[in-house]
Order: sequence, then C-alpha cells, then structure tokens
Amino acid sequence: MEKNLFKKVIVGFAFSPNLRANVFESIRLAINFNAKLFFIHVGEKTDKKERTFNEIIKSSSVSPNNIEILWRNGDPVKVILLACEEFKVDLLLLGALKRENVFKFYMGSIARKLTRTAPCSVLLLLDPSEKEKPTQHIVVNAFESVNDKKTVSSSLIFANSFNVPKVTLVEEINSLNLNLSVYDDKSLIQTTLKKEKIKKQEETRVSEILNQIPDKLKSNVKIQTQSIFGTRGYSTGHYAKVVRADLLIMCFSEKKTSLLSKFFPKDLDHILGELPTNVLILKN
Amino acid sequence: MSNTNQNNFMLQLPRNIFSGFVVSLVALPLGLGLALASNAPPISGIIAAIVGGIVCAIFGGSQLTITGPGNGLVVVVLSSIAILGGDDLYAGYLYTLAAIIFSGAFLIFFGLFRLGAIGEFFPSSALQGMLAAIGLGILAKQFHVMLGFTDSKGSTVELLLTIPNSFIRIFQNPSKEILLAAFIGLFSLFILFFYSRIRNKFLSLIPAPMWVVLLAIGLNYYYDIIINSEYPIDKSLLISFPSDVLNSFPFPNFDKIFQLEFWSVVLSLTLIATIESLLSIKAVDKLDPQKRRSNINRDLLTLGGATVISGFIGGLNVVTVIARSSVNVNNGGSNRSSNFFHAIFLLLFIFLFKDQIQRIALPALAAILVYTGYMLSSPQNFIRILKIGKEQLLIFLITLVTSIISGIIFGILIGIISTFIIHVFINNSFFLFSRNILKPNILMYKENETGNYYVSVKNFCSFLNFYKLKNKIDQIPENEHAIIDFSLCEFVDHTVMEGINDYRRVFKRKGGVFEIIGLDVHLTDTQHPFAIRKSLPIKDFFSINKNLTKRQLSLEKLSKVLGLTYDSDRSSEFRSLDKFIYFKTKVIDYQNNQLSSEKNNFSFFDLSYSEGAFIARQELKASFLLINLKHTIPSFILDKESFLYSINERFGYNDIDFKKYPVFSNKFFLSGANETAIRNLFDSSLILFFEKNQSYYVESRNSQLLIKGRDRFMSIEEIKKLLTFATELVSILKNFKNE
Repeated sequence: MEKNLFKKVIVGFAFSPNLRANVFESIRLAINFNAKLFFIHVGEKTDKKERTFNEIIKSSSVSPNNIEILWRNGDPVKVILLACEEFKVDLLLLGALKRENVFKFYMGSIARKLTRTAPCSVLLLLDPSEKEKPTQHIVVNAFESVNDKKTVSSSLIFANSFNVPKVTLVEEINSLNLNLSVYDDKSLIQTTLKKEKIKKQEETRVSEILNQIPDKLKSNVKIQTQSIFGTRGYSTGHYAKVVRADLLIMCFSEKKTSLLSKFFPKDLDHILGELPTNVLILKN
Repeated sequence: MSNTNQNNFMLQLPRNIFSGFVVSLVALPLGLGLALASNAPPISGIIAAIVGGIVCAIFGGSQLTITGPGNGLVVVVLSSIAILGGDDLYAGYLYTLAAIIFSGAFLIFFGLFRLGAIGEFFPSSALQGMLAAIGLGILAKQFHVMLGFTDSKGSTVELLLTIPNSFIRIFQNPSKEILLAAFIGLFSLFILFFYSRIRNKFLSLIPAPMWVVLLAIGLNYYYDIIINSEYPIDKSLLISFPSDVLNSFPFPNFDKIFQLEFWSVVLSLTLIATIESLLSIKAVDKLDPQKRRSNINRDLLTLGGATVISGFIGGLNVVTVIARSSVNVNNGGSNRSSNFFHAIFLLLFIFLFKDQIQRIALPALAAILVYTGYMLSSPQNFIRILKIGKEQLLIFLITLVTSIISGIIFGILIGIISTFIIHVFINNSFFLFSRNILKPNILMYKENETGNYYVSVKNFCSFLNFYKLKNKIDQIPENEHAIIDFSLCEFVDHTVMEGINDYRRVFKRKGGVFEIIGLDVHLTDTQHPFAIRKSLPIKDFFSINKNLTKRQLSLEKLSKVLGLTYDSDRSSEFRSLDKFIYFKTKVIDYQNNQLSSEKNNFSFFDLSYSEGAFIARQELKASFLLINLKHTIPSFILDKESFLYSINERFGYNDIDFKKYPVFSNKFFLSGANETAIRNLFDSSLILFFEKNQSYYVESRNSQLLIKGRDRFMSIEEIKKLLTFATELVSILKNFKNE
C-alpha cells in the first residue's frame, strides 16, 4: 500500500497578491505528503522576482526540505505540461479565481486546459490562506467506475494524512439513463421502489469496497455514505457545497471532448464552471 | 384486488350517476352558450361535451375532471371563424373544424411525447393577464346579447365602450320584445350573482346556470300555455337546432390548410386548449378528497383524441373545464364515470328535450357568459395581483392589453418577454440567467440519516427553469418530509413561489411536511428585492387593515374577561383542519380573530373558505371551535342539517339511530366509520345533553373536536353560548374514558 499519496508536487506561480498564501499552502501540502515540491514560473526571470520569491519561502513557519524552483519561458500550458512529464510529477496544484462581487469561484481558461490535459492528478485550491485551515469534511464522488476502489482508498489515505475527521462517500446515480419520470400516483410508487432498490445495490457496492480497505485507514475517520439521483458530475459538486465540505475528491473519467460537449457540459465542466470547494481530481 | 376495485366501482356508481346528472345541468347551458358566443352552431358545444365526456371517461388520466367546450377557446374560435370565413359564418365554422382537428392532433403529440411540462413555462401573472383578456373578450360581446342585441360588432375595446349605447337603445324604443329580452338577461345575471348567497338545501341542488335556463324555458311556456299568446321574443334570439341532429353532421373543410392564417389558428387553439386543460387539471387535483394525482400527459393524449373526433362531427375543442369539474366534486363524483354519465345525460337532453331547449332565450345564456367573463376579469383579480407586487401587476396589464389588442398568442408572448425583462431589470444582471439557464441547478437526495428528502436550488429559479425543480419534487411521495432550500439561490420569482406553495398544500393534505428554507437570507439581501416580497406569499397579503371592527373589539374584551389570548390577524396556518371530513372538498383561505386558551386545549376562530371553483365557487365564512381532548374518542359526525346526507353518500356511512331516543334520532344525523364504538360513546347523558341544547355541527377526529354553528360568523353572545356548550360537552366526554 502506498503510504504517500503523492511523491512529487508541482505548483505554477505568478506574482499576484495571492502569491504568499499560495506558496504557504503548497509547502504545507508537500510536507504533509512528504513530497518533493516544484515551483514553476512561466515568464522572465529577474533578480527582483527571485528575491521576492525567496523571501516568501524563507518566511514560511514550517521549513521546507525538498524544494526546486523552475524559471521557464513560453506558452504557460505547454511549459507546465512539459515540466509535469519531465519530472514525473504526480500532483499539479492550481488556484481558482473569484467571480467579481459574488462569492463564487471558477477556473481561468489556462487552469481549465491544464486540468483537462495534465497527465497527473490535479488539486484545485479555492481560497488559499497563509494560516493553516484544517480540513474537516471530505466529500468523495464514489460513483461506479473502473476506478471507484482506487478513488475511495486514495481518499482515505488523504484523510488520514491530513487528520480529516469526516468523509462522505457519495454514490452518484445518473438518473438520465434510468426512467424515473413520475406522472401519477402509480408511477410515483414504482419509481420510489425502483430508486430504493438501486440505492441498496449502490450501498452494497460501496460497502464491499470499504471492506477491502485495511481497518487502519478507517479507524480514525467517520465514514458516511449518501446516494444521490441526479446529473453525473453535477450533483456531487452541489452536494459538497450544501454540506460545506472542504474538499471534493473525484476521479477523472472524461473521454475526448467533442463540439457537442460545449453546449452540453460534461462531468468536469460542471465543477470547473463553478467550484463548490477545493477539488482534487485523481488520475490513474 | 381487482375484484374489490370492481365492487368499489359498482358501489360508487349511484353517486357518480347523480353527480354526472348535476354536472350535465351546468354543462347544457354552458355548452350552448360557449358555442353561441363563439359564433358556432349551439349544438357544436354540446357535441364537444358529449364526445369529451365519453372518450375522456374511458381513456383519461385524471379522475374527477369534466371535459367539454372551454371558456378560453371562445375568443379564439370567434376570431378564427371571422378570419377563415369572412362574412360567411357557416363556411368559417367548417374551416375552423379542420383547424380543431389539427389542434387535437397536436395535443395527441404533446401527450405521446410527454410534453405536459410546457404548461410550466408560462409566468403566472402573464397567464392571469391572458385569462382576464379572454374574460373581457367574452364579457364585451355577450353583454350586448344579454341586453337583447345580437348585431353589435367590433373589437373588444369598441364593444366595451358601446355597452352604454345598448342600454340607451332599450329605452329609445321600449317595445315589449326589447324590454322582455333585456329583462331576461339582467334578471338571469342577478340570479347568477346572488345565487351563492342563498344557502337553501333544496335550491342548491340545482346549479345556478340551470335555474337561469329553467326560468327562461318556463317564461316561454308561460306565454305559450297560460297567456296563450306568441312569445314576444325575436326568433333570432332563440336557440335553433338542426331539425335532424343525427343526419346533419357538418363536414370539416380542409381547403385552407396551405394557408398561413389557418396554422396560426391551429397554434392558438392548441396553446389555449393546453393551458386551460393543464390549469384545470391542476386545480381539480387540489379539490380531490381522495388526493389522487392526475396523469397530465395521458389526459392531454385523450383530450387530443376527443378533440379530433369532436372536430369531425362538428364539435368544438375538448378541454378540461374547472367550473364543471368542481360541481362534480361537490356532488360526490368519485371517479371518471361521472364524466361519462354527464355526457350520457346531455345526449338524453338533446333527444328528449330538444323542443324545450329551443325555447331558451339567448339573453339568458348570454348572462351566464357575462358572469363567466366577469369572474375571469373581475377587479378582484387586479387587486390580488397588485398585492403580490407592483411588477406583477405590470406584467399582468401588459399581457392583458396586448392580448386584447393583438390577439392572445401575441399577448402571452409579450407577457413572457416582459416578465423576463423585468427579472433581468430587478436582478440588474442578464448573466445570471444566460450563464445558468442550461445548467442543472437542482440537487435532491434522501438524507440517509433522517430519511428526509432534501432539495437544494442554486443560481436562480424562475418560470424559465421551474420545470427542473418540479421534476424533482414530483419524485417525492407527498406523505414524506421534504425540505426545499433556496439559500444558494439568488433569485426566486413569483411563479415559483406560487408553485411551491401549491406543493406545500398538497403535502399538508397528504400528511407530509413541506418546508421551505433559505429564503430568509433574501430578506436582508438588498440585491434581491424581488425575493423579499416573494418570501412567503400569504402573510404580507393580509397585514393591511389594522383597524379593529366593533366585533373584534368585543372579542378582545371577551378574551380579557375569560383569560384567553386574542389574535385578530389573518393567518394561513390552519393547523390540521384538512383531516376533518367537513373540509374534504373545501379549500381554506385564511383564519382570523382567534381566541385561544393558554394551555392550548381549545381555540375559537373565524374561517374563510370556499367550495367549488370558478363560476361554481361558493365563498363560505363561519366560526369554528377546535378542542384538543386529553384522550381519543371514536370519530363521529353529528349534524342537524342536510350536509350529512351528502357525506353519507360520499363515504358510505349510515345514519345511526337510537330506538330508545326518538327525539335525538329525529333531530340529528349521526354517523361515523365505527358504529359500535359510536353507540358506546353516545350514552344517555350525552344524548340528553345534545337533545336539550342548541344544535351545532360536531365532528370528532381522534382526540380533536370541531364544532361549527351556522354558515356565518358568530356574534359575541353566540360565542359565549358556544363556549358554555363546549365546556359541558368536554366534561361529559371525560367520563367516556373512565368507563
């Protein structure tokens, strides 16, 4: 069993007012994972920039042990993707933007592209802060897929390494493929029974997954399950927002995007369009 | 299972036949009148009712609805006959029949592809505006006919403005014919307006429109037989039927199907038929004592089928109609068979009383239509909408005016657009809508811990995407606990608020809980002023009049003497009155003037409620006393008056008589589900108590007692008597437990 979920973490940085918070957040994460941390800046390397950045790193309360700073030129998306492959990074850290006046977060176009195309897992951070905010509740999208076991076990490893007390496994049941329309009393009863049945099946599936996971990972975490009938990819995000979770973990399972998907958003678009909370997207 | 169903059906057959009969008494004058108002042959309305009744009773998806020609379509058919036929009314009618057949086909299509949800895309205030325009259209034209003049022509506005002229015309040339026609019309209108004030059990048996018809026929016979002279009414003011109904079916003329105007007629017919039917089905579901949910799509399918058949044999569109349906509910109809029998009775009337029907003077029928039109467009509607919000009145008026000037389809379209523009304006953001309209915004799940259904709504919720929310709420069984959370939602419009308030009622009726949370946030949020007034409709409706009346002041005094709390405010919280049989077919509006004891073991209150809907609606007001007993007693109903008669019909209870107490047995009807338990409860002390006291309506349900006096509010003295009565009654009932 892998003890450290991620061994190499990469963070792209720009000289924005958020920089200090971003850096601190990244360092804390890397320490927790016991991972090597890469900072990458796409743009001109100047003395002034270097000085400012080093000062920020020095001012961190926890001392980083394994940091590498990269200065590269070129198209940000391409450069960062290349770096990911070059250093065999397994986690990419990205920050979200805040929508004006409204307390809503979304991903910029660069971040969107990176999320989609990155060869490694991606962590989208909503509101980075200088001081540590302990994670209280993780929501995991545990819908049925080839990767569902891996998603659940990785989530529990994550929860353990960050001492997260509560994890909710959401069984997202795509209601589009099921005929669940209600048009009178009779169909209401039928649909309700049908849903109960599917729900039971889902619960058995998840509990079987949980059974295969070593007790050591489960003993410190309160694990709950919740099944939701709804649009895949969308419901979990909305749920995470409703229960005020600090982190949403989902696994990336998107196939090629087509023209159609521009109009009919796919799983990931629902999340990227309006980030409900911090999101960790697991890949392989 | 199917055997008991069949048994039930047979058991309920007599009362469905009876109900079908009463409905046919309303359907006959309305069918004739609506057809005449549309400039179509009078029989065409009856054909629609007969075909609709038979087809929808056999295949339909709802239980208590009555189908037939509808009010909304009058205006459309009227203009269609004029557009397609020009001056030749009959040719226009034949073209319109073809259009009716196509509109039926569209309804079938809507039903097959389950597009019943299109009814949800209309903003509520715009719909109200459209209905008011239809009402004004009917009223404007028929007012002249009611006064005896069939030659008035022009637009709705012109017709409205020339109403005084018609009055003047009566007195310019006051011949016997003209005066009698105007008298019949105005007297009929008088009956219709004041009929609901009369609460006489024998008079109430026959619906008001039928009284109008009976009086009109009677007057004709009076001249014919008693005075033995020519009926002084012009032939053009009498109904005429084809001499041989069976062999004279007109055939629709399909010559114009390649013309654009033909299809605009088809579109209007389809749209109005759909809207009127959906609104009516929804309204009738609220009245169903058995609380069944109608299958809207199946209803559309059968209505479409019936319309096609009706069109081929010369009938108008078949739609679900609210007034007739509510008459059906009130007279004990319990399943679709009453619709069937209403059709059969109409068929019988046409063959047996053809001559009598042709004696009906048009002003009498016109009066029924004027009353219908008035109910649709009465000033009360304006006031009601103004109370919801100024912007709602604006939407209402825009739709009303455009509908009158440029036709209904254009009117409702402008209504939708203006509603959206107002929403954008209020939110000061177009992006809120454009960015989120296609995205899912509803999350629903059943909480694993509590078993409650939780629904969260994000971004905005207006008439544009209400169907998404409805779709989810519809999946919740109504006896469960549902929580609707709007805290993530920036904007909620009036259509949605009205819609979810309906859900709240349904859940309450079926024993569930429907909570709306997260709207309080909007109250403090100045960015969304719209949501403030929408937060929950009823409460701010009524907090206008703060001055107490004399009776209220006396009530306040009384409460101080008796040590009770008094609350004069109106409220829409009616506890669980729904569970009493008395309220099964009634809709409660609000209560006020509440006197309650501190320990909450009883409360007295005035209640405003209603029975029936639309033109068959009866507003009721009465004072009630609700007592919480400390223990459960058998459920019973005790009443002096005829109300019980219809209750027994409905629930199959028997009148329980006591041989030993003939006085009591003659004075009261007593009934309930468990006869032995009731006999046990009614011992000599209780029976003697009821014998010697003034009689009230008393109903018990588990540990609650509901006591009601007459059908009006009580005076202070009456309240005092009632309280004494109740105190004694409670002390006698206490003994029951000890036995």
